[in-house]
Amino acid sequence: MSQTQAPPPVQEKDLASYRRDFPILERVVRSGAPLAYLDNAASTQHPRVVIDAIEECYQNYYANVHRGIHTLSEESSERYEAARRTIARFINAVSPQEVIFTAGATASINTVARSWGDANLSRGDVILLTIAEHHANIVPWQQLASRVGCRIVFAPLTEHYTISDEVIRQHLENDRPRLFAVTAASNVLGTVFPVARWCKMARDAGATTLVDAAQFVPHHRTDVQSLGADFVIFSGHKMCGPNGIGVLWGRQQLLEAMPPFLGGGGMISKVTTEGFEPAGLPDKFEAGTPPIVEAIALAVAADYLESIGLDRIQAHERELCRLADTELRAMEGVRVIGPTPDLKCGIVSFHITGVHAHDVAQQLDTRGIAVRAGHHCTMPLHRALGLSASARASFYFYNTREEVTRLIEAVKELRTRFAPTGRRRRS
Amino acid sequence: MPHEEDIYEDHVLDHYEDPYHRGVCQSATHSHEANNPLCGDVIHVDLRLTPDGTIAEAWFDGEGCVISQASASMLMEKIEGKSLEEIRRFSADEMLKLFGPKLTPNRQKCCLLSWRVLQSAVHSPVDRESEEASSDRARFGGPSLGEES
Repeated sequence: MSQTQAPPPVQEKDLASYRRDFPILERVVRSGAPLAYLDNAASTQHPRVVIDAIEECYQNYYANVHRGIHTLSEESSERYEAARRTIARFINAVSPQEVIFTAGATASINTVARSWGDANLSRGDVILLTIAEHHANIVPWQQLASRVGCRIVFAPLTEHYTISDEVIRQHLENDRPRLFAVTAASNVLGTVFPVARWCKMARDAGATTLVDAAQFVPHHRTDVQSLGADFVIFSGHKMCGPNGIGVLWGRQQLLEAMPPFLGGGGMISKVTTEGFEPAGLPDKFEAGTPPIVEAIALAVAADYLESIGLDRIQAHERELCRLADTELRAMEGVRVIGPTPDLKCGIVSFHITGVHAHDVAQQLDTRGIAVRAGHHCTMPLHRALGLSASARASFYFYNTREEVTRLIEAVKELRTRFAPTGRRRRS
Repeated sequence: MPHEEDIYEDHVLDHYEDPYHRGVCQSATHSHEANNPLCGDVIHVDLRLTPDGTIAEAWFDGEGCVISQASASMLMEKIEGKSLEEIRRFSADEMLKLFGPKLTPNRQKCCLLSWRVLQSAVHSPVDRESEEASSDRARFGGPSLGEES
């Protein structure tokens, strides 16, 4: 997680070259304005190498994996397992067997809740979350709670949109949670939480830990071993990979002890009319035909990100974030929802007094600027902040300072767009 | 092709700034509230129905974008004096037509929020005793209007 030395900064010519890798960035929107894609926290775009990998698979060697004794199935299987090794290396897993391919980050958390949760938690147990969690890291635990009778506790935010170690320590001591499930980076606030430290504290307090790294892995060098969590989950489509695939990484010992979640083909070693014996890792958690092409293309995306350098990606996004954050914060009538740039990733959420986030997004779209508006699947967080919705600009390594400037200029303009002017209804 | 200036036309902004019957109807006989999970917009509708089933008064309150609030105002203005049968027959397409500017599918949900609330409100007589107890209860489930991420 740590940077030993500053990476070489992303230069203009690098940016131009990255942008050439993404054909979609060339397009214009409905109004005819050129696209400024600032909705990367929702989903990122795909470089040519990823699109080509998908096409190459379907065109040349696609077949079901682990089933056929024919050339295509052998080739597909080999590429699918190679993808697992690539992802294992990308996050520094101890072994590829710890890397489970799922349908997405949401499916990864649900797998842990259904498998580990049902097997380990019972009435009276506590799950510790933070109020900054995405619905994907809240609802599966609420469902678990209603099945087994456990209880959920939310750690609150400070007024600076962070959470202090002391608050976490108190919750660990007072609530004695069996599980601490926490986001590494908030999809709204952008806050990067010190999860490595918190995982250590949780472990010392006897809690199992799950890190929702959906907003972290695409933007930071990730080492699951030094992170020290028991489970780390993330999705493919936020890191230049296809949608329909996510990763569940877990400690091998834990995964081995867990019962399978989905049952079906591929996850068994033997089935009789009386019952079944589950397969070993990772097949045990990959029932049915897995996301084959998606896994292969995800590995290509991971290699692509490494070729740019995760440290450089992080540094470039932070620079864009600093520019957007500073300018927006200085504007009258604009409230930035999140900590200062040094504490966050490339996400800047904001609220304009008197203008609903939907109207903000609509008007930015007319200018070609794609942002997210709404509660971003964090209703409890928005409620805690006293907001029903916010607008969010989120950056990736292919975004430019010019795009951020366009955002700033547009926000400046539309602050007064719906200010009262003494209009009357006409009949 | 929807364009921003077409959506936020004068007629819409007039209703946004000077809404018709925004507030509470103290003598409401029917009432309902719902939100749009996509953006958190909320619309509450109060109706006073006559014994023969005519809408004598229609009021709304809520919070949200220009489209959701202006369309609610237009709807309240439109429905007073209508019979329940006329309300039932008033389709989503007619609501979009009443609003005017052409909307993309996601913004149509904003426009149709008050229409959805109205269609439920006519079946929701006010129960004054339980109203207070349930006013702050959390809502789970229900039809999703779609939200990714």
